[in-house]
Amino acid sequence: MKSLFSPRIALPAVAAVFALSASSATRADDPRVRVWAASCAACHGTGGSAQTGIPPIAGQDKAVLQQKLLAYKAGTLPATVMHQHAKGYTDEELAHLAEHFARQPK
Amino acid sequence: MVTLNRRRLLAALGGTAVVSLAGCATAPAKPAARVVVIGGGFGGATAAKYIRLWAPEIDVVLVEREAAFVSCPLSNLVLGGSEKIENLTTGYGTLQKRYGVRLVRGEAVAVDADKRLVRLASGDVLPYDRLIMSPGIDFQYNLVPGLESADAQAKVLHAWKAGPQTLALRRQLETLPNGGVYALHIPKVPYRCPPGPYERAAQVAWYFKQHKPRSKVLVLDSNPDLVSKKALFLKAWSEQYPGIVEYRPNSELVRVDAASNTIELSFDKVKADVLNVVPAQQAGRIAQAAGLLSGSNKWVGVNFQTFESLAVPGIHVLGDATASAPGMPKSGFMANNHAKVAADAVIALLTGRTVNPEPIIANTCYSFVSDTDVVHVASVHKWDAAQKTLVPVPGSGGLSAQANAIEGQYAKSWARNIWADALL
Repeated sequence: MKSLFSPRIALPAVAAVFALSASSATRADDPRVRVWAASCAACHGTGGSAQTGIPPIAGQDKAVLQQKLLAYKAGTLPATVMHQHAKGYTDEELAHLAEHFARQPK
Repeated sequence: MVTLNRRRLLAALGGTAVVSLAGCATAPAKPAARVVVIGGGFGGATAAKYIRLWAPEIDVVLVEREAAFVSCPLSNLVLGGSEKIENLTTGYGTLQKRYGVRLVRGEAVAVDADKRLVRLASGDVLPYDRLIMSPGIDFQYNLVPGLESADAQAKVLHAWKAGPQTLALRRQLETLPNGGVYALHIPKVPYRCPPGPYERAAQVAWYFKQHKPRSKVLVLDSNPDLVSKKALFLKAWSEQYPGIVEYRPNSELVRVDAASNTIELSFDKVKADVLNVVPAQQAGRIAQAAGLLSGSNKWVGVNFQTFESLAVPGIHVLGDATASAPGMPKSGFMANNHAKVAADAVIALLTGRTVNPEPIIANTCYSFVSDTDVVHVASVHKWDAAQKTLVPVPGSGGLSAQANAIEGQYAKSWARNIWADALL
């Protein structure tokens, strides 16, 4: 499995952020992570931009998202359902998801 | 088999049968490939949108019978009277305007998998490079003696596809006298939306409690026990609707007499004021017509990395029509998640990229036990290379601790978000 911090993934992502282009960001996506993240959209909205009532996750700080997901998984952050979902993913998968949603436009 | 009528084919491709892409300046003159999607429900609409989102060079045609999408989730609240069907209805126009999905109103009736053609009831023919089918369920009325005729089916309703039947069943409940009996018959698993019947019982009981408190909800289950959220539903029924809801397991259907609203069961006979029979189910008709059901199978076997049919190459099947992986419910949420894995796999197959080998999908099903209080079940499903299917991740998923109003708000927000994720 690829590391989140492998240059092959991180460099295009950084370039996309500098270009401030949604289409560049899309091209930089690892298709595998993109599909994992799309599962979250069923509640959190397409691209993580929830329309209403459920916390939006697009464009949030990556470290904050990652800490929250890990805390849900550990059971230290109370939730109605997220603790049950977070337990379905490895720490590395959660890191990928945090990084993905941090890059999405708000 | 499809007989290719050249004039019809041309009409379908260039004429009025297919909405043109005028106004979509980025559309290439010749698309990289064409995907036809049959069925605009939670699975099909999502697949159509996400292919266009992720691969705008691919032409996507969505074939749908109805003018608008009506959500099954929340439709039990319409029966209870706390929600309106208009609020559960979303048009298909945005899929065309925002994403360039070409909409075809019609019914697919046949597939020629060798020539890669879909034939519509109108006679129009749609060619495809890959076909995605999200046909939902078909009712097995042949297993419900007494309900074979259209007249009988118009009296003893299923209301298991949201729309006119939802409103018609609500009207029947409104005319039920105080002290009357509403009987709901549940088929054997697997059926669409495992917790749905128990939610329906709670919603009708919620209505009776306020307006017809001497009335009864009789739940006649073919199964030996509740198949989903058992403890949560039993608690809600006994605490919120004491004396109203009665549950009878092992109530296998023998026959129905629509004229007298009577249902004969394996060990019992019940006459109701309103009789609601949810028939046994199988994959939607077009899946049957396309030859995707082998032998006595009622559901379509798929490869869960691609959702491609195990029987017929080039056809991907989503949602309730699939032979579910272990622990995977037939739910709208699941169909939405199937669609994204399938969309990505179809793009990969059409563009020569490697298919993602490790899909992870999830499910959350909310059920309303009153107008405000909700219970959920959640699960995460990951590809297991040894078992070659998606399996629930050990330690993940679970249930609500108890019915609560916070999740009631989340449930309504979830519904709006997933409708938007599929259609807006």
